[in-house]
Amino acid sequence: MSRAKIQKKATFIDMTAMSDVTVLLLTFFMLTASFVKKEPVQVVTPSSVSEIKIPETNLLSILVDTNGKIFMSLDKQDDMATTLEAMGEEYGVTFTPQEVKKFSLFQTFGVPMKNLKSFLALSGEEQDKVLKNQGIPCDSIDNQFKAWVRHARIANPDLRIAIKADQQTPYMVIKKVMNSLQDLKENRYNLITSLKTSAED
Amino acid sequence: MAEIQESGDKKGKGSKQKKMSIRVDFTPMVDMNMLLITFFMLCTSLSKPQTMEISMPSNDKNITEEQQNKVKASQALTLLLDADNKLYYYEGEPDYDNYASLKETTYEADGLRKILLRKNADAVKKVRELKEKKARLEITEEECKKQIAEVKSGKNTPTVIIKATDRSTYKNLVDALDEMQICSIGKYVIVDVAEGDQVLLDHYHQGSDAAHV
Repeated sequence: MSRAKIQKKATFIDMTAMSDVTVLLLTFFMLTASFVKKEPVQVVTPSSVSEIKIPETNLLSILVDTNGKIFMSLDKQDDMATTLEAMGEEYGVTFTPQEVKKFSLFQTFGVPMKNLKSFLALSGEEQDKVLKNQGIPCDSIDNQFKAWVRHARIANPDLRIAIKADQQTPYMVIKKVMNSLQDLKENRYNLITSLKTSAED
Repeated sequence: MAEIQESGDKKGKGSKQKKMSIRVDFTPMVDMNMLLITFFMLCTSLSKPQTMEISMPSNDKNITEEQQNKVKASQALTLLLDADNKLYYYEGEPDYDNYASLKETTYEADGLRKILLRKNADAVKKVRELKEKKARLEITEEECKKQIAEVKSGKNTPTVIIKATDRSTYKNLVDALDEMQICSIGKYVIVDVAEGDQVLLDHYHQGSDAAHV
């Protein structure tokens, strides 16, 4: 008796269909991609039932962390450069074109004017480390935050202002920010919140 | 990777052309695509964050003070946001001599919302009716929005004055603003805490402390 021959057969799975699917998914993700911004501090936004979406362009976002440190970001690089030059003029700091270029590539900034030049000289990794402990001053004596917003508004008149603050931020800090905005007659702005799920109700 | 198989060579005797079936192995391609998909999924934020729009009163000193006082006393509701998620309110004119006029409530659904819904019952009812009408497609979206705005700014709707103390948190403020939206209150304003209100709060704390002891 001859033993039953085990047929050797190469298992060849046709991956063409699978490939089609993955390419389709890839296309979808690439087209809908809007990259997560790198933020120097982690904030947990309070939840709300509001369903208004945030505008994508012409946005000046103000990031406030739990300790009241303020950071800002502009979404257009041209605006960043113009604003920096105007700020430099006001505070008597001159920036080289390289520094302006470097600054305009930042995603978030928040350094007092007097430290800005030395900050720009640092390498990317060091900047990330240092930025966490900085923040734009917003006191009644030295309100650089106000100046930043004013110059940003001049650079781009269509700017929308959005405040993103941690839910544990004391109101005192928010009040300072709001008062500064009020002084500039910026009376309409957005507060960034996350959507409240029904479970939390 | 790609293999070319010869087939059908036994069949034909006259045909000189050899039939070739070309099979390309797509496995590495799929691997790479999966990797890219994973990358895009992790690095993108699909859902945009929500925002709430607020407009603050302008900072001109001469306008605000007067306009605040203009609010009809019977329609006014003042919220005082205090530390430790505490919320106090009084209706109408403040009574600075009597701290008992201050009432405590919570941010929960049966606290602040209940009060606001009671104050604003008419408007809430109208807004709900309008939304139902829209759901039944009797009126268009724009029409509905317009009418809701009209109802909200109507004559007999309450005006809520939100006064946040320095010890309250940002969350408290957003929660309070949120309730305004839920309860269809069109007129609300965020102002600084007046000296009298602070005194009232202090007295309230002292009073409640004394009551506990």
